[in-house]
Parts: sequence; C-alpha cells; structure tokens
Amino acid sequence: MKSLAELAAIKEKMQNKVVMREGSGDIRVVVGMATCGIAAGARPVLNAFVEEVSNKGIAGNVTVTQTGCIGICQYEPVVEVFEAGKEKVTYVKMTAEKAKEVVEKHLIGGNVVEEYTMPNV
Amino acid sequence: MKELSLNILDIAMNSVKANAGTITVSLAETPESFEIRIADDGCGMKRDFLETVTDPFSTTRTTRKVGMGIPFLKLAAEQTGGSFSIESKHESEYPDSHGTVTRAVFNKNSIDFTPLGDIVSTVTTLIQGSPGIRWIFKHSMPKGEVSLDTAELKEILGDVPLDNTEVILWIKGYLEEAYSEIL
Repeated sequence: MKSLAELAAIKEKMQNKVVMREGSGDIRVVVGMATCGIAAGARPVLNAFVEEVSNKGIAGNVTVTQTGCIGICQYEPVVEVFEAGKEKVTYVKMTAEKAKEVVEKHLIGGNVVEEYTMPNV
Repeated sequence: MKELSLNILDIAMNSVKANAGTITVSLAETPESFEIRIADDGCGMKRDFLETVTDPFSTTRTTRKVGMGIPFLKLAAEQTGGSFSIESKHESEYPDSHGTVTRAVFNKNSIDFTPLGDIVSTVTTLIQGSPGIRWIFKHSMPKGEVSLDTAELKEILGDVPLDNTEVILWIKGYLEEAYSEIL
C-alpha cells in the first residue's frame, strides 16, 4: 500500500530542491480544461504533460497548469506554451502521444513541433 | 462525454470557478444505482440563474453563449431513468451557508448508463489544477470505500504544494492501489 511515509519523503526531497529552482528559464504549459476541452480529450493530454515533465526531470523549470475555454473549441484539446522572451506557441487537436513529443522536442529540445501548431493542423 | 468521470471533472470545475474553499465529490454505488454528488462552499447561484442552469443557452463563460456541462450530466442521468437535481444558495442571500450541491442518480442496469471511466485521472486533474482547494473524494461501493482528503496530505506536505508533479503521481498511485484492493 502506498504509504504516507512516501509522501513525507517527497516533501524532504522537494525542500532540498527549492534552491536549485531559482534562476531557471521558466516555461509554462497551459491546457484548456473547459467543457469543450474535456469532451475533446484534454484530461489525458494534461496527465501526459504532468507525467512526462516529472519523468524527464524537468519539473523544476516547467509548470503545467489548466485554464478555461480559450475560445477555439473546434481545435480542442488546445495547449499553449509560454516561455519568457519568446512568442506563445499554440498546439491544437492534441493527444497524449503528441504531448509526449512536445515535451521531448519542444520543452527539452527547444524546437517547436510545427506540425501540431495552430495554423498547420 | 464518453465517461461519467469526465462529467464529474467538468461539473467540479464549476465549483472551482465559484471560488469554493472545499469541494466534496461523493460517489455512492449499489448493485443497481450510481449516485454522483458534488458539493461546494462557493459563491452559489442566484435564483434566476439557477432556474435556467440546465438550459444549454445559459452559461457563465464569456467566450461562447452556450454552456453544455450541466445539460450533459442531466441528460446522462435521465437517459438511464435516473434523476438530476441542483440546489444552490447565493452568497448575497446566505452569507454564512452559501454553496451549490449537484446530484445525479443513474440506473446502472440501463443500457444507456455511461461507465465511470478513469475517475483517478479526474481526481488528480482537479487537485493539480486547483491545489489551493480542499478536495474531499469518497467513492463507496458494495465491497468497500476509496477516499482521499487533501487536508490530510497537506498536513504532511507542509510547504510543498499539492500540484507538485511527484505529489500528483503519488496521489494517482495511492488511489489506484486503493481501488485495486476492493475491485
């Protein structure tokens, strides 16, 4: 059984990491989670981002958050990536698989996955 | 919606939007019925809005003039021969006891009963999206109960936020194990 002791261990680990977090280039991944997004499959997309960001060890400088309806319901699931000093990137019609690719190529590699972005889908 | 857990996610988002401090998601299951109850202490709805809230052309969103969340859940319940109700007390009238309770009852044996689906993902998604809220989740089944209260987790975590990815993955694992023990 998953124990609360494990949770306490996570706390210890995180407290040591706080110092490392400072000064890193922050990236924010925002997933649209209104009725339109949820019905189109945003939940697995969000979970894929959360898990991949954790698995790849980049949680220190990537924050995954949720928002309401962005207004382009026909393109849901929609994901926006914000990075300081760069233009916003909007990924549309996302899936969990595409999310993993975006983590690998864009969030880690620094290259926007153009084929999944707004004007190209 | 393909799964009831998606309806639950969607309806609980209304509670988040209502600035709730505590949101309780209770699922009660018997061999014949399935009940979803989502209760919050948010701002509540005024009477005139409450009266139109099951109408798809009634919404709080600003990007569209339609709101499908509540109509979807109502339809999902009623198509099984079940029932749907929503009660709300607006903060202007009930400064000390405001909030909303949404309740849907399903006939599990109906051919039109939508399966619950991935409820664990719904719970982790809600906590990840609104870590400042106290989430209470309870799912009682004939064989046992799965429950989680983020207030208890916060006591252990202290300053570490609930939306920390490792914490979210721990919650996911915790709930999956709890389900595997009673299913």
